[in-house]
Amino acid sequence: MNHWVVLAVVLPLLSGSLLILLGERNIVWQRALNLLSCAALLALSVHLLILADSGEISVYLLGNWLPNIGISLVLDRLSALMVGLTALLGLVGALFSCGGSDLRARWFHALWQFQLMGLCGAFLTADLFNLFVFFEVLLISSYGLLLHGAHKTQLKRGFHYVTFNLVGSCLFLIAVATLYGMLGTLSMADLAYRIAGTTDADAPFVKAAGLLLLVVFAIKAALLPLYFWLPRTYAAAPAAVAILFALMTKVGVYSILRVYPLLFGDSAGLLQDLALPVLLPVGLLTLLLGAVGAFAARRLRSMIGYLVVASAGTMLLLASFDTALTLGAALYYMVHSTLAVALLFALADLIKNGRGEASDSLIALAALDRPAVLGTAFFVAAMAAAAMPPLSGFLAKALLLQAIAFQDAGIIAWVMILISGLLIILALVRAGSHLFWRTPKPPAAATPSAAQRFEWAAVSVLLIALVALSVLAAPVVNYTQVAGAQLKQPDQMVLTVLKSRPVERAP
Amino acid sequence: MSLLFALALGVLTSTGVWLLLRPRTFDVLLGVTLLAYAVNVYIFAMGRLTPGAPPIISKDTAATLLTHADPLPQALVLTAIVISFAMTALLAVIAIRSAHANKSEHVDADDSELPR
Repeated sequence: MNHWVVLAVVLPLLSGSLLILLGERNIVWQRALNLLSCAALLALSVHLLILADSGEISVYLLGNWLPNIGISLVLDRLSALMVGLTALLGLVGALFSCGGSDLRARWFHALWQFQLMGLCGAFLTADLFNLFVFFEVLLISSYGLLLHGAHKTQLKRGFHYVTFNLVGSCLFLIAVATLYGMLGTLSMADLAYRIAGTTDADAPFVKAAGLLLLVVFAIKAALLPLYFWLPRTYAAAPAAVAILFALMTKVGVYSILRVYPLLFGDSAGLLQDLALPVLLPVGLLTLLLGAVGAFAARRLRSMIGYLVVASAGTMLLLASFDTALTLGAALYYMVHSTLAVALLFALADLIKNGRGEASDSLIALAALDRPAVLGTAFFVAAMAAAAMPPLSGFLAKALLLQAIAFQDAGIIAWVMILISGLLIILALVRAGSHLFWRTPKPPAAATPSAAQRFEWAAVSVLLIALVALSVLAAPVVNYTQVAGAQLKQPDQMVLTVLKSRPVERAP
Repeated sequence: MSLLFALALGVLTSTGVWLLLRPRTFDVLLGVTLLAYAVNVYIFAMGRLTPGAPPIISKDTAATLLTHADPLPQALVLTAIVISFAMTALLAVIAIRSAHANKSEHVDADDSELPR
């Protein structure tokens, strides 16, 4: 058993609890502890990435139970990648919040750590019910973070968001309970093994549960009929939280990538490829709708919210082709789009604060503080998000177009990806020209306050990460390609999990 | 007993869904509560309904599911109850704060759409 795996959950749990014990009096200590813990998590996630890249699948049996009875955590390439992204965005968001937005919330830093714990746990667990529990952990912290400041609109949007997710949780429980009732296990590895042997009589029930799970994950990923909550909620969220929320929809996408190739993949017998016929049209329409929404948005932050929707659509579109190559391209695209969207959210907040009354509205013309620096940073971020060369967006899009080129529905997907790409470019150009081009002269050149240094530090980290993702594209693409291949061959994981045995101890 | 169980589940779920679709926050809150009850009962039922059977293995009886109740769904339902209870409490707090801040009990904070 590899104890490093469970540390990714335990570390944020411990520092979160410590932050509560420390109380709220000393903000410097809280910030220091939060940043330190995020940095430690980032270092740990690098270790986990190297461990996973060796090709070994690490299993951690919680409480030393047998894998088919107890809960196991599994680290493979996909989960290591997701934990790495979580740690990076956690650090960036924490840095950004030190600019002062953390003062508006009670227990901001503690909630931040619990949010990271929920995310890491959801990415590592190999048990369906445990996945539900970690979903709830990350959701309840996200409610706290989202509502911080308890502004009028935040409360209204917050009520929608909480109700929506509560109903989602109910559906998740129904699906999980049905799977347990039919198959008698909740460990994903054991489920994969038992689903392969489903009889004709049981198949419809398992199928219903499987498709219900898809609905739940689609709520998290904000797919087509279930996306309405996202742009408004994200637009109401404080910037540091929005940075981390760039990852929240990826939890839904991750769950789909984790559960469907494993449980309903090529060896699932009667229930083979359960989700694929649904994913293609849903992915296509979500992508198009995200692009149209971004084009029609009146505020910068809801425009970025629609970009999040479009990126989730792209990934599921790719997942529906179900080859190792497309899954690999989807994973590289996921890393890129998460970073690009997080950067845009960070810049949107700086722009909003620099525009006074006009906020982030894309219609009013208003003076902007420090337009040159902000404009350049926005230009780079928009180039990345619009998939223009030379940044990683271009590479990601080239990779994914190449991966689906000779597939059956490839031509429709090509057309849709290119059209929505064009719409997104136009939307970003429109936003840029409204915000930077025809603005009146700013009253006086403001010097950045000490608080804004934190925010610019966060922006720089994201910019460096995006450039690194473009420069080091070869090793990253290699990694995601092998991760895609690993997803398509779940047998290795199933066997490793089911064969792992608890540690024997002398009485 | 199965029939009674199924009927109770159906009534709970349908009332829950109906209340969930109402425009007043309080109704939505009740709807979520009922829906959560229905889900918890459903999880419990997925361990099969075995009256009079203990969930803990004793020396006298054979350790099979014919003579014992499945303890796992009971553990699951305990977790689910705690989580849904906490979430409902949080939702109630948000509903109250929203009603104060927005001066409205409507889910979209728009009183003109509330039924008289």
